[in-house]
Amino acid sequence: MPKTLGKIRPHLTQNESLLFELSHPGKTGYQLPELDVPAVDAAEALGGENVRTEIEHFPEVSEVEVIRHFTRLSTWNYGIDLGLFPLGSCTMKYNPRINEAVARIEGLAWAHPYQPESLSQGAMEIAAVLEQYLGEIFGMDAVTLQPAAGAHGEYTGIMLVRAYLESQGNPRKKVLVPDSAHGTNPATAIIAGYEVATLKSNEQGMIDPAVLEAAVDDTVAAMMITNPNTVGVFEENIVKIAGILHAKGAQVYMDGANLNALVGVARPGDFGIDVLHSNLHKTFSTPHGGGGPGAGAVGVKSHLEPFLPTPRLRQANGQWTWDYNCPQSIGRVRAYYGNFGVLVRALAYIMAHGGPGLRNATLDALLNANYLRAKLAPYFQIAYNAPSMHECVFEDTRQESKGVRTGDIAKRLIDYGFHPYTVSFPMIVHGALMIEPTETESKQELDAFCESLIAIANEIDTDPEMVKHAPYMTRTSRVDEVTAARKPIVRWKP
Amino acid sequence: MNYPETFRYTKEHEWVSVDGDTGTIGITDHAQNELGDIVYVDLPKVGGAIETGKSLGSVESVKAVSDIYAPVSGEVLEINTLLAEAPEKLNEDPHGDAWLVKIRLSNPGEVAGLLSAEEYKSFIGS
Repeated sequence: MPKTLGKIRPHLTQNESLLFELSHPGKTGYQLPELDVPAVDAAEALGGENVRTEIEHFPEVSEVEVIRHFTRLSTWNYGIDLGLFPLGSCTMKYNPRINEAVARIEGLAWAHPYQPESLSQGAMEIAAVLEQYLGEIFGMDAVTLQPAAGAHGEYTGIMLVRAYLESQGNPRKKVLVPDSAHGTNPATAIIAGYEVATLKSNEQGMIDPAVLEAAVDDTVAAMMITNPNTVGVFEENIVKIAGILHAKGAQVYMDGANLNALVGVARPGDFGIDVLHSNLHKTFSTPHGGGGPGAGAVGVKSHLEPFLPTPRLRQANGQWTWDYNCPQSIGRVRAYYGNFGVLVRALAYIMAHGGPGLRNATLDALLNANYLRAKLAPYFQIAYNAPSMHECVFEDTRQESKGVRTGDIAKRLIDYGFHPYTVSFPMIVHGALMIEPTETESKQELDAFCESLIAIANEIDTDPEMVKHAPYMTRTSRVDEVTAARKPIVRWKP
Repeated sequence: MNYPETFRYTKEHEWVSVDGDTGTIGITDHAQNELGDIVYVDLPKVGGAIETGKSLGSVESVKAVSDIYAPVSGEVLEINTLLAEAPEKLNEDPHGDAWLVKIRLSNPGEVAGLLSAEEYKSFIGS
């Protein structure tokens, strides 16, 4: 009896062909009934140049082959439902199943965006209540739910700043961005028509009020601040910073990517922020692995409210209605009213927690991050001594002396069964390991993660070469990321 | 790594080498080492103006996209076309073949304000 069997199924070997390679001529994934109306000649109806009889190399596969193909691929995935997902700055928290139950309620899941207002009152009320709750959580006067995700929220926010300043007579020229910012911040400012000026962080990884003071003049439209910032540190001078900007007529934008450290504890509107976006898919737990959909709610102080995207939700005679009469609005930023399914989940999360529950979640997120920091600090160099909020950032200086960098440690972590942390960001940290556990992890899961990283630190001391070539336990070992980036093959060719 | 004495350096990790009124600009060995494997280099158009301290282009590595800041002002005379085909040259020879742009200096006096090789080496702690 041979040890290996001749017929090894792809789900065991973890090899899977592309659909193109599974293709056999004549196979289809559909069955249509006999035509019971007069046949139409497509070429005659549409013009011959608009009709093609064959799509070259289009995969011809059966329904069951397609289902098996994608089901097998789905088993290669790693997600929050399998274990800790410590991707810093991404707030990969568990999505409670009550969110899914609520989002699947028939009247919500099947609501059509074009059904009349009279039949949409429930959905509109969900949006209105969420706007109200987010306004309370942010400390802001008004909220729009239109933006589709974080960067879209940033863009909306900076366009609001521009519209407001234009209404004052001068849109101004520059947006200030700290050197620790998410890359989307400078990109947003540029797309909104501003020049970007980068501000150097101080040795604590924070904005230096003296540096800011020197950089602000009447050409500065706004500063984009992430708080807590991308090294997981609260900008302790935030009130002073907002004061410096406001004194020169500049607006203060807050990137709410790290809002998970503040909910129920501190309100951006109370520390001087004029406009912020919140990634509902991070802080309010909706699923966001694999690129979304997300939701980038934007909150503003009253002076920016007239410029919010149209239409606005209003209540008249006990009925919800869309108000298109917003003459100063920047216009629509998205069709309909945002990613509604995500909004439903975010509201379910907020209501299930209530005020004290949201605050507890925040405090647990901080506790978990600081627990990891304390356990790992003997093995990895902490980047800044300032207290950590919801995430902790290490640098790879100790491991670098053995020739092992943060990317290698992340690859080895895959062998231990964890998704990697955020690698090499922010750039102001030398070889960053950015770890955000979120509040949804148990002490047991955190301990298992720490033990893995500590084991890797020990491996680096004894056998750095082994770590440099990880991972070994995956179906594909170390991939050549450099060649993939330099010479990408983005299309299958026969 | 050797940091040529004839070059001048910035704290943003660019170098400039001056010959008459022509300046050649590149990024330092320290910069390429920090960036890691470089996969794409974005350079300005020939004939355009670059301004001290402003971005003249960007370098993309597997880690991140980073701005290149002009160490001095001037008009772009030539860009290094080698880098479009072979961005890895920037990892191999950042002070030589993998220069980025040549410019006509509009204010040659600016060069004296930049760091010497010794000062740059002490800045990066090498």
